[in-house]
Amino acid sequence: MAKLILSLDGLVLKEYALTKERTTIGRKPHNDVQIDNLAVSGEHAVIVTILNDSFLEDLGSTNGTLVNGQPVKKHFLQNNDVVEMGKYKLKFLSEQGGQAKTDFEKTMVLRPGAMQAAAAAAPRSFADTTVNQAPAALQAEEPAAPRRPEAASAQRIGMLQILTGGNAGKEMELTKPLTTMGKPGVQVAVITRRPQGYFITHVEGAQFPILNGKTLDAQAHALNDHDIVELAGVKMEFFFKA
Amino acid sequence: MNLDQAVEMVSATDAGMVRSNNEDSVAFDASMGLAVLADGMGGYNAGEVASGMATAMIVSEMRSALAGSPSAATDVRGGGPAAQNLLRERIVRANASIYQASQSQPQYSGMGTTLVAALFHDNKVTVAHIGDSRLYRMRGQDLRQITKDHSLLQEQIDSGLITPEQARVSANKNLVTRALGIDSAVQPEIHDYDTQAGDLYLLCSDGLCDMVSDEDIGMALQTLAANLRLCAEQLVQMANDNGGRDNVSVMLVKIRRDYAAPRGLLARFFNWLK
Repeated sequence: MAKLILSLDGLVLKEYALTKERTTIGRKPHNDVQIDNLAVSGEHAVIVTILNDSFLEDLGSTNGTLVNGQPVKKHFLQNNDVVEMGKYKLKFLSEQGGQAKTDFEKTMVLRPGAMQAAAAAAPRSFADTTVNQAPAALQAEEPAAPRRPEAASAQRIGMLQILTGGNAGKEMELTKPLTTMGKPGVQVAVITRRPQGYFITHVEGAQFPILNGKTLDAQAHALNDHDIVELAGVKMEFFFKA
Repeated sequence: MNLDQAVEMVSATDAGMVRSNNEDSVAFDASMGLAVLADGMGGYNAGEVASGMATAMIVSEMRSALAGSPSAATDVRGGGPAAQNLLRERIVRANASIYQASQSQPQYSGMGTTLVAALFHDNKVTVAHIGDSRLYRMRGQDLRQITKDHSLLQEQIDSGLITPEQARVSANKNLVTRALGIDSAVQPEIHDYDTQAGDLYLLCSDGLCDMVSDEDIGMALQTLAANLRLCAEQLVQMANDNGGRDNVSVMLVKIRRDYAAPRGLLARFFNWLK
């Protein structure tokens, strides 16, 4: 369950669980999150929660709503977002923040009507502590873990220096996931950049690339520091950037 | 009409780095110009059963429908709606079989599958899809997603709740709003598109597009179009290098040249003789 932590000048005042589909925020007492301060409008903002996602919407408040310092009208809340209204701060914590789930993104079917059923079932289960009566498809659903880590940025960058031919001496950085070399229709090879390192693979043409004097087959081959690649009569040296 | 010379098809599928079993299924027949990809769901191995049934049934039934009577095939190839009806019929039948199996056998209870199917005919492609398996088209430098997911996320994007950029980090990626085999009725989305020689079509399961950005997919299609097999393997490898959290399946279809259906009576006759 996602939650909001209300604080003023760094002092935590209250915690609110986002159990409802609509959680209202404002100065008037009927709001779910009441902030009794004149800088806050009567009906200031609302947070709409659909399954694991929460959306913040400013309801045309006089003094506006900031998220992470930026004024917003509508915002898709992310874990650790800080919502500001006047001097008050609301920190948003999503339920899956920090949790590592093993069964990631198992595809589930959301049947028509399941949303309403879930919305109806959730408040009931909290009020009466009865069993959650959401359909099976929703019960089985696992919250997804945070997004994939970006490919290791600490990975060494490979370089290619052309040794022979008209472009001798030219160097290029192999920063893209794929770099093709050669003449289309005649002979083409590709260097792929992977977390494990760099690999060269033959793409097209009757001739295969030559690596350190040996002709390669159709498989991918790992490139090591100071390997010599020969392609369409041009020699190149592969090395890692210092 | 045999499309073997006009379209080139390859496929690759992999369980990924996390899952132990592969619930995706792919099947194609280049001579018919038909490619089908399905991403199954359901406990134990039921997902595989559902996706396997869908791809196998659609391809084999389509084969008998097109090969059974050449004249019917010509009619079908001539008109777009006819191809749409033919495809819709196979999908409805596959749905009935999967649904029946899931109702009658407890171990298959609740199984279902997404589907994307492409039937190439007469310089056109008829695309049917259900759920979040996709079809992309690479034309020149331009990579375009042809199908629109039937998913909660897509509905949120459509209603303006979130932007596509925010969708990439959403936690609700895994909820589809339509699937094959979960109900007695199914509603496939079917459209026709014109094809051009040189087009490259990609059918994929969500295991690819969730793990690899469209930009990187486009780069792979662009740089490796000359070697489709390598290109398909590269796409699977990129998904696995990025974590491979789901099964990943890709199917590539390259349009080598035009394949207009024979129009005149004489042309039809000669085609029939072949």
